[in-house]
Amino acid sequence: MADSDHHADQSPHADRTHQALSVRDACVGYGPVRALRHVTLDVPEGAVVAVLGGNGAGKSTLLRALSRTLSFHGGALTSGTIRFAGRRVDGLRPERVVAAGISQVPEGRRVFARMTVADNLRAGALGSTGSRAAKAGALARVHELFPVLADRAGQRAGLLSGGEQQMLAVARALMAAPRLLLLDEPSLGLAPLMAARIADTIREINAQGTSVLLVEQNAALALRLASYAYVLDVGEVALEGPAAELAASDEVRRRYLGVVDETAAADATRALDTPPSLRRWEADR
Amino acid sequence: MSTFAELLLNGLSMGSVYALIALGFVVIFRATEVVNFAHASLLLAGGYLTASLHDDLGFWPALAVGVAGAAVVGAAVEFCVMRRYRGQDHSVLAIVTIGVDILLTTELTRRLGTDVLPLGDPWGDSVLTVGSVSIAHTRVAAFVTAALLIGLFLAAFRYTSWGVAMRAAAESPETAALMGVRLGRVSLGAWAVAGALAAVAALFLTVFPTPGLERATSLAALKAFPAAILGGLDSTTGALVGGLVVGVTESLATGYQSDLTFLGRGLGDLAPYLVMTAILLIRPAGLFGTKELARV
Repeated sequence: MADSDHHADQSPHADRTHQALSVRDACVGYGPVRALRHVTLDVPEGAVVAVLGGNGAGKSTLLRALSRTLSFHGGALTSGTIRFAGRRVDGLRPERVVAAGISQVPEGRRVFARMTVADNLRAGALGSTGSRAAKAGALARVHELFPVLADRAGQRAGLLSGGEQQMLAVARALMAAPRLLLLDEPSLGLAPLMAARIADTIREINAQGTSVLLVEQNAALALRLASYAYVLDVGEVALEGPAAELAASDEVRRRYLGVVDETAAADATRALDTPPSLRRWEADR
Repeated sequence: MSTFAELLLNGLSMGSVYALIALGFVVIFRATEVVNFAHASLLLAGGYLTASLHDDLGFWPALAVGVAGAAVVGAAVEFCVMRRYRGQDHSVLAIVTIGVDILLTTELTRRLGTDVLPLGDPWGDSVLTVGSVSIAHTRVAAFVTAALLIGLFLAAFRYTSWGVAMRAAAESPETAALMGVRLGRVSLGAWAVAGALAAVAALFLTVFPTPGLERATSLAALKAFPAAILGGLDSTTGALVGGLVVGVTESLATGYQSDLTFLGRGLGDLAPYLVMTAILLIRPAGLFGTKELARV
């Protein structure tokens, strides 16, 4: 946990030389609305790091800040720094961020519905700085990871199922051969079986050497995949720690995993048994 | 019968020229979501450059300069005006293009005055006769050139990285930016291509049997608006079909005007708009315009 010193050796802040991504004190505003406040976050080289939080916690805002697409929503990074592999990336244009090795799978998949699957993948490779051979290699790798996309190459992406669209969105981001993959709610709206498949894929992508920053509302899934996790709450980092510890912590269990601990459950039952009264106005509350 | 065939062929030829203009219009709309009302002035600029240079340079170099010049004017409008807008509302930019159109057209008509400038094309007024059907060489050239250019454009749109970037940006600018597409470059390219296509169209709007480039040429260019709209503003196929529909309608309505005198004169100019209105009543998005295609 953030407050416990004896875990410092596990904290990604401990070893700053091997950070793939390091965000320091980032503040983001949409006009007068502050969406992120002093967020500090690290993704070590080769790790899977999760960011949890409910709706409006600032998760997507964080990814927009990383990919430099805040301007599409009238937002801007007002202070703080973002470094990737030691280089400042917080002043770059979106295509430079992609060229630097950061690709994003946006929330809601956002495949190009009117284009074919093959053209979607070509679009994903547009930001790649690699040679023609490297692009062909990326395509082969993506087809190996998602054989269904090779079968459907000529089909319009808008006609794929939700799960297939999510695969396409991930595959498209991989076409740029990123060193860090940003995933925004990849399990959203998917059947549990399909969500589990996507999770396996993320594990495999990571095993092939790509660092992953995973933003999820599905905390159970995210904590199983990640080694370290942050909890965002109204734009601030409320909690952070190794994923296993967060998964075991009462607060995360109660708030994000839907697990009710026994005393709270007992309280709830007792509350139902007693006749309703305006207890909150009583002095002992 | 031969009258009908002649009218049809002439209509197809004019239609392919309208299609060239409408295609540029659609390309700008797809890449930037801006309805470009300055399109007619791009056309006039290309035509004017060709007309004023062909004496010194010869026809083909002058045409090349005209096409390149119109592309540069288009790119300049994008770079100097469109790109400076920081807001989100595309209809504001559409109004801005009206302003640009007024500026460009005023300057060009001031230079043109009451002149009618020939563009110095090599076809002159020669006529091709097959059986009982005769058609001007210029019309044949217009059709062949337009078909070639449109084919070239569609192939590039479908198969090149430029085309993929353009289509991706058209569908979702933000997602395209996430893929590393340079949106500024895409929109600059769209304006340049539209300008170049308009300059070629300018040539074929002003050759025989039309006397030459004059103030009214930009009015002829306006016929590409119903073409683009009836085809569906965001569809390249729609622009082609729309162009042909407008061309043929106009040609037939003008040709058979004497049989339709109870409707009064000038039906040829009116007919494309009537067809457009009828089509929009049945298909509000135009013949090939997008209705959402997605599985939820």
